Amino acid sequence: MQKIKIVAAGDSSILIEFGREINEEINRKITTTVQLIHAQQIEGVVDMIPAFSTLLINYDPRIVSFEKMRKRIQELVKMEVKAGTGRKKIFEIPVCYGGEYGPDIDNIASHAGLTQEEVIQIHSSRDYLIYMLGFLPGFCYLGGLDERIHTPRLANPRLKINAGSVGIGGSQTGIYPLDSPGGWQLMGMTPVKTYDPDRETPILVEAGDYIRFIPIDEQEYRRLKELVERKEYQCIIHEGEV
Amino acid sequence: MGIRILKGGMLTTVQDLGRTGYQSQGFGVAGVMDVRSFKIANLLLDNPENEAVLEFTLIGPTLEFTATSLIAITGGDFQPTINGEPAPMYTAIYMKKGDILKFGSARTGSRGYVAFSGYLGIPVVMGSRCTNLKSRLGGFKGRKLEAGDYINFRIKRQYLPFFLSRTLDLDEFDQEEATLRVVMGPEEDRFSKKGIETFLNNEYVVTSDFDRMGCRLDGPFIASKETSDIISDGIAFGSIQVPSHGKPIILLADRQTTGGYAKIATVASVDIPKLVQRKTDHKIRFQAISVEEAQRLYLEEIRELDKMRKKIHQPCKEVLECRLVAKRLSRLFESD
Repeated sequence: MQKIKIVAAGDSSILIEFGREINEEINRKITTTVQLIHAQQIEGVVDMIPAFSTLLINYDPRIVSFEKMRKRIQELVKMEVKAGTGRKKIFEIPVCYGGEYGPDIDNIASHAGLTQEEVIQIHSSRDYLIYMLGFLPGFCYLGGLDERIHTPRLANPRLKINAGSVGIGGSQTGIYPLDSPGGWQLMGMTPVKTYDPDRETPILVEAGDYIRFIPIDEQEYRRLKELVERKEYQCIIHEGEV
Repeated sequence: MGIRILKGGMLTTVQDLGRTGYQSQGFGVAGVMDVRSFKIANLLLDNPENEAVLEFTLIGPTLEFTATSLIAITGGDFQPTINGEPAPMYTAIYMKKGDILKFGSARTGSRGYVAFSGYLGIPVVMGSRCTNLKSRLGGFKGRKLEAGDYINFRIKRQYLPFFLSRTLDLDEFDQEEATLRVVMGPEEDRFSKKGIETFLNNEYVVTSDFDRMGCRLDGPFIASKETSDIISDGIAFGSIQVPSHGKPIILLADRQTTGGYAKIATVASVDIPKLVQRKTDHKIRFQAISVEEAQRLYLEEIRELDKMRKKIHQPCKEVLECRLVAKRLSRLFESD
């Protein structure tokens, strides 16, 4: 395990960096740290943002100073907790790739030296672990993107990206759950709403679930979109062992 | 009985200190931009610290009162009037049924606040009454207020002790330049020494890309060591991220929970109001301080607010101008 770094993020937040790479071991360590903080009810903690390889803790400086918080966390991360295993859920996400649905797919293909078809084939050929939710309600950060299609973010982020857009940002891929600014290279669109405030469960998936992208054509996109609008669409979920 | 919105203004929303505890699911905190002005508005009325208020931006709303309530107006000067007469700010005001409270455009600052002694009848969603515009959640139907909207008061609370003492010095918002104190990091090590020097020794200009989510600045290019792309991590209120275009973006109340650009520094909590009250083309400079100093300043401000609270709970000893006293008191005795 790499050395864990604990630094200030302003006067009301503290950032714990468990490493500088995306891997399941680091991610599990973060999950257990979050559970420990909940279990021990550490004074002054207001909110937590677990991410791939870091944990940001918002705290109230009226209750605890930076130095005290830092020491408390240092003790905490020394503790080892066994992570459990369990069932895995795979959500099928249909995606219409390229064209107006994915205006940056050429960027991705030319950066990789591949054809559009190869990019689509690579992107849709594996299941992605949901490492965390963040950035927006229900936005999933997925691990395990094939190295061949890693693509740097746009130098100047877009001011608006439509909900349902599927893109690549560096070594990550994901779906925009609602309209938002962002810097990812857009490769396609899904008709599925990963976040819907009017649905009983506004957020479809949880950290620890998996996502499988299924390529569809424009006609199928429109058909599914209509089902989603009529609230008749049921997401296809496969279950299995981890 | 409460308030009817006659004009919504540019962006008027119900806000409190924000919806905390759900950031792990990607729900942003939202909440007020200028925490200081918000707290002062509530304390003038002995409201709970986190009571919901209206926040408005650049052009304020027009409200009709359909019930009696005390109010307090803070933040930038939106030239408020009551039935056409100028209304005092940072002062408890008695509003009667039928009164029209009108805000104009921001003469100073860019955000204004009005608190109500009757408490806004807004349901609590996930622990907060604040509006999260992005998620269309909380506040008034998850959106900004528009003409025709109606908000009830939750309680009838028309009198407060020491009414004449309930007035405080105005905060100044008319400067066109501000120095923001910042705590360096958490990812300052992603920037070159020259990049950090550029950031700390130059003036940056507030661009028109300035909303509740964040404020984009323009100015000298801030160089990173290799790339400012990082593995996405959590964002704090006031995080200053620098994408590879080298210009800082300061993330504010409606910030996303996580982001993938390195954060060179974080604005000290006490200086965030200075930033959010600026306008396009205003100038910003950054000054590095330690986290201990930033926390000391934070606690100092809390003591300052405690002093204000004390001050408005003492009998008014100052010899006030008779006309002013008469003006403030007369509204209390007029019949509805």
